[in-house]
Amino acid sequence: MLSPEERQEIEAELAHYPRKQSVSIDAMKIVQRHRGWVSDESLQDIAELLGMSTDDLDGVATFYNLIFRKPVGRHVIMVCDSVSCWIMGCDRIRERLCSRLKIKPGETTPDGRFTLLPIVCLGACDHAPVMMVDDDLHQDLDPQQLDGFLEKYK
Amino acid sequence: MEKVLTKNIRPDGEPPDFQAYEEAGGYQALRKALRMEPKAITELIKKSTLRGRGGAGFPTGLKWSFVPTGKDAPHPKYLVANADEMEPGTFKDRLLLEGDPHQLIEGMIIAGWALEADVAFIFLRGEYTLAAKRLSKAIAEGYEQGCLGNSILGSDYNLELYLHLSAGRYMCGEETGLLNALEGKRANPRAKPPFPQISGLWGKPTIVQNVETLANIPHIIQNGPEWFKSLGRSQSGGTKLYGASGKVKRPGLWELPMGTPIREILEEHAGGMRDGVKFRGLLPGGASTDFLVEEHLDVPMDFDDVQKAGSRLGTGTMIILDDRTCPVEMVRNLEHFFAQESCGWCTPCWAGLPWAEQILTAIEEGKGEPGDLDILAHITRWVAPGNTFCALAPGAAEPLQSALKHFREDFARHIKEKRCPWH
Repeated sequence: MLSPEERQEIEAELAHYPRKQSVSIDAMKIVQRHRGWVSDESLQDIAELLGMSTDDLDGVATFYNLIFRKPVGRHVIMVCDSVSCWIMGCDRIRERLCSRLKIKPGETTPDGRFTLLPIVCLGACDHAPVMMVDDDLHQDLDPQQLDGFLEKYK
Repeated sequence: MEKVLTKNIRPDGEPPDFQAYEEAGGYQALRKALRMEPKAITELIKKSTLRGRGGAGFPTGLKWSFVPTGKDAPHPKYLVANADEMEPGTFKDRLLLEGDPHQLIEGMIIAGWALEADVAFIFLRGEYTLAAKRLSKAIAEGYEQGCLGNSILGSDYNLELYLHLSAGRYMCGEETGLLNALEGKRANPRAKPPFPQISGLWGKPTIVQNVETLANIPHIIQNGPEWFKSLGRSQSGGTKLYGASGKVKRPGLWELPMGTPIREILEEHAGGMRDGVKFRGLLPGGASTDFLVEEHLDVPMDFDDVQKAGSRLGTGTMIILDDRTCPVEMVRNLEHFFAQESCGWCTPCWAGLPWAEQILTAIEEGKGEPGDLDILAHITRWVAPGNTFCALAPGAAEPLQSALKHFREDFARHIKEKRCPWH
């Protein structure tokens, strides 16, 4: 069941578009903001609200990088692996995070604190290598400084 | 030289709010435009020679003239700012979005008036969280100050403006893929014709323009087309946001006259190569442009000149290849991106790009075979314009086909020595 808040936020978006389906991405992002991810059950609830089939909505969900169809950790680390960051050494950033968190890209730490994901170019190439943790962009990364900086995310 | 698009932007500072923007001369162009006939605005933009800053370089005024106007035109009509900046190596629109959101909004209202649009969207990539915050605030201020909504600045023009936050996929930057995404669908491209100017969002006339293009509009209205043309150093007028990333001394972004030569950007602005590395080549305008090399350094960064040199101006943000970086692995990185971001709609793209990535990975890992370079060349022809629905796969072919030309010996050495000479 969608919560009253989720329903209200989705309905506010509906006013911007002539057809209900147009808010499918917004709706999934709203649910994800409240629950961390989009479960099968949430998908069904949203589809029903928007008058779509669940399969159609899942087709949309799986198309976009930032809609999570599996549970993620409390914090999601997204390391840019596109060309400028690659030239500037993003492989070393990813390796350091993997060894520090003892997980591979796509995995979540056993304590549910971090999920590590690759991401495409974040549009901050003059400060490569970069990554995002939740909504924050971190630039000019150096593998050595990563340890301290993860401490901020409990 | 005169700063136009970036004159209000303070590095690492808050963007100007409504009042500060207005005090700096903002929203004067909108007042002027609202006293003009919509068609006269389109004519003025045509005269200015402004070309789209998103990559394709289509003349903006000409594009606007395709939209039906007048009392028989279908409504609602839509205007979309394409702020889905996801081309690897491109970071120019971020500056305009974060640094001066009112400039974009003013450009959109003027464009909306010229096209008699009813609703406008800013289609913003989901990862641009700071831009989202600043745009939301600026849009709210625009409504409060009477620049958006009904009877804009006392005129009889009405325009609603909404911010749409995307959820991450390169295909959304493609014009028709973006329209599908805004309709809440997978961002597959649409067949053209009909062109979006006639039948776009929900079947209604729609114009999609890049952020930097729209940001230029108020200045052209305010200062005139001749002034705009005089800003450039080549045939195509205006200024351009140029960028450089990779192993240069000062990676960054600079607003310079359109047509500034590559060498000048690289040496004077980016400070040349870092100590210990040498220049080998560059992608002049993002991941989907052909490599240029040493012999091209004096090419002016303008649409026609870069095209004559065998590449594209693209977004004007250059990615620099140095001699300590393996060109084969760089191209593998690029093709990995394009293969992953392919929407899967047409066969040459979904089949061709992962195939190219696989071969490049094999070559990089020392498992390449003598016929591989012919297969790669074949794939670049197979995904050429005309064989695919949209520009994604032809764009993916550009760095690959040009790397095979300029760095052929490096590819051959990987295959012959069965290893990457850079590892």
